[in-house]
Amino acid sequence: MDFDALISGLDRHTLDGITRGSIYALVALGYTMVYGVMKLINFAHSEVFMVGTWTVLGVYTVLGVTAGAGIGMVIAATLLALLAAMLASAGTALAVERIAYRPLRKKGAPPLIFLITGIGCSLVLVEIFGQVLRVVFGRPFGRVTVNIPSVLETKTVFTIPGLDLAVSNTRILIIVGAIVMMLALDTFVNKSRLGRGVRAVAQDADTASLMGVNRERVIMLVFVLGGAMAGVAALLYTVQYDITKFDIGFIIGLKAFTAAVLGGIGNLRGALVGGLFLGIVEVYASAIWDSSWTNVYAFVVLVVILMFRPTGLLGESLGKARA
Amino acid sequence: MSEQTHAESSTDTDVVLEDTSNHDQIAIETSGEVGEVLLELDHVTLRFGGVVALNDVNFQIRRGEILGLIGPNGAGKTTAFNAMTGVYTPTEGAIRFKGKEIAGIKPHTINHLGIARTFQNIRLFPEMSAMENVMVGCDARHKTSVVGVLFRTYRVRPSEEELPESGIRRSLAKVFGISRHTLEERAGRRRSMELLRFVGIADRAHELARNLPYGYQRRLEIARALATEPELICLDEPAAGFNPAEKEDLMGLIRRIRDLGHTVLVIEHDMKLVLGVTDRIVVLEFGQKIAEGSPEEVARNPKVIAAYLGEPDDAA
Repeated sequence: MDFDALISGLDRHTLDGITRGSIYALVALGYTMVYGVMKLINFAHSEVFMVGTWTVLGVYTVLGVTAGAGIGMVIAATLLALLAAMLASAGTALAVERIAYRPLRKKGAPPLIFLITGIGCSLVLVEIFGQVLRVVFGRPFGRVTVNIPSVLETKTVFTIPGLDLAVSNTRILIIVGAIVMMLALDTFVNKSRLGRGVRAVAQDADTASLMGVNRERVIMLVFVLGGAMAGVAALLYTVQYDITKFDIGFIIGLKAFTAAVLGGIGNLRGALVGGLFLGIVEVYASAIWDSSWTNVYAFVVLVVILMFRPTGLLGESLGKARA
Repeated sequence: MSEQTHAESSTDTDVVLEDTSNHDQIAIETSGEVGEVLLELDHVTLRFGGVVALNDVNFQIRRGEILGLIGPNGAGKTTAFNAMTGVYTPTEGAIRFKGKEIAGIKPHTINHLGIARTFQNIRLFPEMSAMENVMVGCDARHKTSVVGVLFRTYRVRPSEEELPESGIRRSLAKVFGISRHTLEERAGRRRSMELLRFVGIADRAHELARNLPYGYQRRLEIARALATEPELICLDEPAAGFNPAEKEDLMGLIRRIRDLGHTVLVIEHDMKLVLGVTDRIVVLEFGQKIAEGSPEEVARNPKVIAAYLGEPDDAA
């Protein structure tokens, strides 16, 4: 145990935790929105994120950008990658909804069937990137870790005086990007007509449809929005870690799901709180003990919190989007 | 003449008490003539396994009337409502709204066609404010697409009074227009407020629905249903749990709903209310129609009296 390491680097660890937590939080939004509307854990969501990271790689490859490109190119490539990742992830989420979940819904399948179907979709997507695409196109697809060019080179933008804490451009991008997306989503759900429809379905789906809300459209919308948020998370992840892999979604998805449950699944602001909390806890615990046990810390915290607050930190409810 | 004046003045006090709204904003446009058949149940049978909930039921609702649907508990009144609003599909027979078959159509589509309802056991969106509940209803009539809402792509040229007052925003709105979603939101808020005023609960518009008192919740359900601009509004036991004074108010409200242009179908147990407010009454018992006619006819009908009071033995 090394509390000195935590205390001496508290500022740095906190910044690390917030960075990591921002990504968890963005992915968590997808779990939480789908759960709020359908009472379903969409286990394919981790792969929605994975597809986003590959899309970023694809965009960089097509554009031929590498580390050290000019500033204009860096901005253009990053924005294009962001847009493409959002589209690809949203498209994947929508495809899973259309191909797998909707037919089941039409037949009135019981909840467990949806759950196992989600896991099945997740495996299919993983194997597409780990196996099918490798056979068809060869490398970089396959079961190895792939480097993504660090188009946006990490540079210190400013140093917080007094703390001697260097803040880099990538961290600013990740934290600001995550917060902006969350605010946009929160405003959308609370203020717009479609957001009202989402909340109405989350609170009472049958009544909502009798009041003219098209439930199918609301379901499509939450998959698309959740997917787009996972796409943003995918870009931010590649900016920070510069890698992707066929099964990269597994641990991130599991952590994001944990974050969603921690914050109160179905609650948008809960996803933010849960994600940041989980990120910070992981980094702190890794500093105190051994960082190879990171995942253990995350789940120990989940179990302990749920023992005292079974509905998560902010409580469940998408309907009650105000935390 | 003096009677007329009296009637007017009593309406006036009503208006002061609970309805200071501008009816232009909430009255609906109807596409047909008063008296034509609006909704028709044509030999409708609905079975759940072995249970026959509706057995060969026939009746019509005419535009502009207030029709009462009565019957003892379990007679199939709510089932009939559910069949009309798309919750259940009839096993046999047809339900036609404005001449169009609606059996088997999804509830939200039926709502868009022009039928709305309230619920016997209140079913509001509990975590939304009263205002938002009504706005969900208004949204049913709004047209902006998902893309239009997300990116505000659909711009319209605003009229003079829609323009913001301050300088820069006003200039921007003049150049780029205002998104239709924004205008629809504004119109929805105005209309929702008018409707809340119309049913008499505008004073608590911004409270969460679950925190409203019972009577307010019932009225809020009516406002929400009216917001979808239904040609036919179905009220499922709107007076349940009301005291006599509240029932009296409700009768006035039902008449004023009809005056806005809606046709009203009301399920009710309270005979005084039904006889007092309806133009015609249909009586169901054990899933079958046993009587139909004006309130006076129905009140005299021996079958109806028997259904409500039990079979009269000879001594009675």
